[in-house]
Amino acid sequence: MNINDVILKTVSKGAVLIILTFGIYLFLSGHNQPGGGFIGGLVIASAFVLMFLSYDSETVSDALPIDFKKLSAFGVLLAMLSGIAPMFFGGAFLAQSFGYFNLPIFGKTELATVTVFEAGIALTVVGVVVNIILSISEDE
Amino acid sequence: MYLLILAILIPFIATALIPLIHKRIGAFHIGWFVLLVPLALFLIFIMQIPAISNGETLIQAVNWIPSIGINFTVYLDGLSLIMALLITGMGSLVVLYSIYYLSSSDSFPHFYAYLLLFMGAMLGVVLSDNLLVLYVFWELTSISSFLLIAFWYHRKNSRYGAQKSLLITVFGGFGMLAGFLMLHSMTGTFSIRETAAVVGQYTDHALFYPAMFLVLLGAFTKSAQFPFHIWLPDAMEAPTPVSAYLHSATMVKAGLYLVARFTPIFGGTAEWFWTITIVGLITLFWGAFCAVRQTDLKALLAYSTISQLGLIMSLLGLGSAALHFGDGEQGALYGLAIFAALFHMVNHSTFKGALFMVVGIVDHQVGTRDIRRLGGLMAFLPITFTFAVIGSFSMAGLPLLNGFLSKEMFFTASVNAVSLPIFGVSTWGLLIPIIAWTASVFTFVYCMIFVFRTFFGAPQLKKLDRKPVEPSIGMLISPAILCVLIVGLFFAPNLLGDHLLKPALHGIIPGISGAAPHISAWHGFNTELFMTLGIIVVGTLLFLTFRSWYKIYLIQPAGWNFTVLYNSLLQDLKRAANWITTHYMTGHLPAYFAYIFVFFIAAAGGALISTGALSIDLTADSPITTYEGMLIAVMAIAAISIPFAKSRLTAILLNGVLGFSIAIFFVLFRAPDLALTQLVIETVTTVLFLLCFNFLPEWKTEDSSKRIKIRNAVIAIAAGVIVTLIGLTVNSGRLFESISGYFEDSYELAGGDNIVNAILGDFRAFDTMLESLVLFIAGLGVYTLIRLKHGKGPGKDEH
Repeated sequence: MNINDVILKTVSKGAVLIILTFGIYLFLSGHNQPGGGFIGGLVIASAFVLMFLSYDSETVSDALPIDFKKLSAFGVLLAMLSGIAPMFFGGAFLAQSFGYFNLPIFGKTELATVTVFEAGIALTVVGVVVNIILSISEDE
Repeated sequence: MYLLILAILIPFIATALIPLIHKRIGAFHIGWFVLLVPLALFLIFIMQIPAISNGETLIQAVNWIPSIGINFTVYLDGLSLIMALLITGMGSLVVLYSIYYLSSSDSFPHFYAYLLLFMGAMLGVVLSDNLLVLYVFWELTSISSFLLIAFWYHRKNSRYGAQKSLLITVFGGFGMLAGFLMLHSMTGTFSIRETAAVVGQYTDHALFYPAMFLVLLGAFTKSAQFPFHIWLPDAMEAPTPVSAYLHSATMVKAGLYLVARFTPIFGGTAEWFWTITIVGLITLFWGAFCAVRQTDLKALLAYSTISQLGLIMSLLGLGSAALHFGDGEQGALYGLAIFAALFHMVNHSTFKGALFMVVGIVDHQVGTRDIRRLGGLMAFLPITFTFAVIGSFSMAGLPLLNGFLSKEMFFTASVNAVSLPIFGVSTWGLLIPIIAWTASVFTFVYCMIFVFRTFFGAPQLKKLDRKPVEPSIGMLISPAILCVLIVGLFFAPNLLGDHLLKPALHGIIPGISGAAPHISAWHGFNTELFMTLGIIVVGTLLFLTFRSWYKIYLIQPAGWNFTVLYNSLLQDLKRAANWITTHYMTGHLPAYFAYIFVFFIAAAGGALISTGALSIDLTADSPITTYEGMLIAVMAIAAISIPFAKSRLTAILLNGVLGFSIAIFFVLFRAPDLALTQLVIETVTTVLFLLCFNFLPEWKTEDSSKRIKIRNAVIAIAAGVIVTLIGLTVNSGRLFESISGYFEDSYELAGGDNIVNAILGDFRAFDTMLESLVLFIAGLGVYTLIRLKHGKGPGKDEH
């Protein structure tokens, strides 16, 4: 893919930043507001896809040395390990727990183990989506 | 505390460590590290002997899946202890032997990883009290045996033998699993001990005999009983240490173990008695008969192993009669057979292990094990020769060696069986000692062939690859230890009998409380002694006149054996599978969609009607607003237009209209999560389409026949109708109790306000986890398909 389009490149530089921020926001807010691991992962993936579309894939790969295949494998592993972890505390497989803590800046905050699980899902989604699109686009 | 459970796990842990250790140690042989595992385990089990010989048993349990009765329960009694000592003791000797046997071109990490895997699995089989856990370990031994037979996988015969053994033993294993499940459905427990305690109430149950025969199927295939024996000779393609360990000393005895373990459950019935006795006797005779004609030393030993396994099997069958009598003189009389079976099981491991190691040494030192090329090796390999004589004379049942004792006991049991007053033995009972005696004559003959053809006669040094010399001392240690045991067990058999065989016997036949059989070498001039003398005389004559009666082996036509049957069955199976696959995997995408949708219509529609869930009640629904009506109209127009689109771009755009309309629906129904997800997915899908656009073939109007078009239309409409009906039914029908209350409490239960995510991440997290796995696999699939298409092969695109 070799598009020489200044406008697209300039716009996407800003847009990627916004989309990534939005994706992370969606991921974190999923507990109580719309969002979550899957949608957050999809949005982050779409930001990467936009980068790959507006620049050629080699430039992006140099700036972003991530192996998306490994990323997705890591995501699946994280999701599963987060399920095994509670078994060491006498819980069932995939049991989640949560608690409320007073943190210095954030004040009273809820921390939940489900975030780790969701992070695994998000990483899987990012890895798989980008990997599929990359392998199709690099195919000749 | 959990010592026994740990004992099962240690080999598996060691397996996982092998690659790590292998990288670190450099030139040092990894076998020395591996040797520590069976040695340590052997010592652990040795330490259990005092407790077990006092009649105690050990139980250690860890709950695994208690909700369905699967627990990791480990049970150690006399029988398990004998097996565990064989597994770890022979394991130590074999690992030691293999260090010198394997050549430097072999992959040591693979070999020892498979071997340890087997050791752990085999310990699991003999120590598990839970049927399903036992089954898992049972199949694991089949798999590790498969890997070890195919260790030299570049050889065609190795692959063939590995596949054959796997297919036959796993076939039997499946049968056994079905038998276990039947037992469970009768008794409601997976524990062997509990089953044995309550099974008395279920002997009239319709599943009792099917369960018995299925369990026996597993035992017979594993222990290479006729007609399933055909896998064992082909398994000899494995390296010789493996043959000595798996295919003579331990794994093939798993079937015997299973029969002994299930004797308290099924024993005492005529079916159990006759099936095992007859199969055992046929195997005993046929194995010995076939062994005589073999020219490959390992094949000879393989058939001899089959024969010996048949001997032990028939003893277990004869001994099961004791359960009919319970406590008392007659019970003790027939219980002797079980005692002899256990004794011979130990003896067989010692002499057959030694013989396999002898063959390994011969093969290793001269490069062949074909007796037509061997001869006169006594002068060159005097130490190996000594081992061969001790091992094979013990197998032949000659005095001063342990084989004599158990062979005599076998004759005693077969003679006793003639006067058995039950099961209708009186009609055919006389055949039992006759077959036993005839088979033993052949056993004597092949034992003599083993010794005399290899070590006597004129040396044929020109036919050998190398000049024969004794191997390094390391290769001689293991067979030497076994030979010491062979002689030692003759002089002190009751050491073994009192401490191990007696508690094992009491475990198998709980009724026997009388004194344990005392093993003695001299009984006076009785029937058994004359049988042995007869064997020596007739056997010697047959051996000397072998050439004149060899022709009886030609009576059996070449195409009439079970290997030919197996091969043709396998061929037919492959052909049928191929035929079926090529007829429905057409490579035509619409056909695949048709299968999927037809299945969906049948399954979902069928369920909808058969469960009576179909109920449509529109009265409670809110009215359709103008916006919704407009959206529905847009979607309907777009959907109907797609099949008539003239170009691909139009079709893609129309598809997009559908997707975005659904997103707007989500917004209207106040489901922001779903709307957001749908929008992003539409975006990503559009990008995908753009990328694929160049690669897709030319857009052509469909040129299929009218009939196919109508068929596809019917399928499409039916699928749509089913989905609509399900949608309407879900809203009004109440087949199940509503679970929405559970989700409404998501803040208390999961600490989150977002019900959707509470479901995804907490209540139904298992689904989500597996879905992410599916997504991952699909991603890998796409990647592999694209990278490997057109036979590009891997690696080319890897930069």
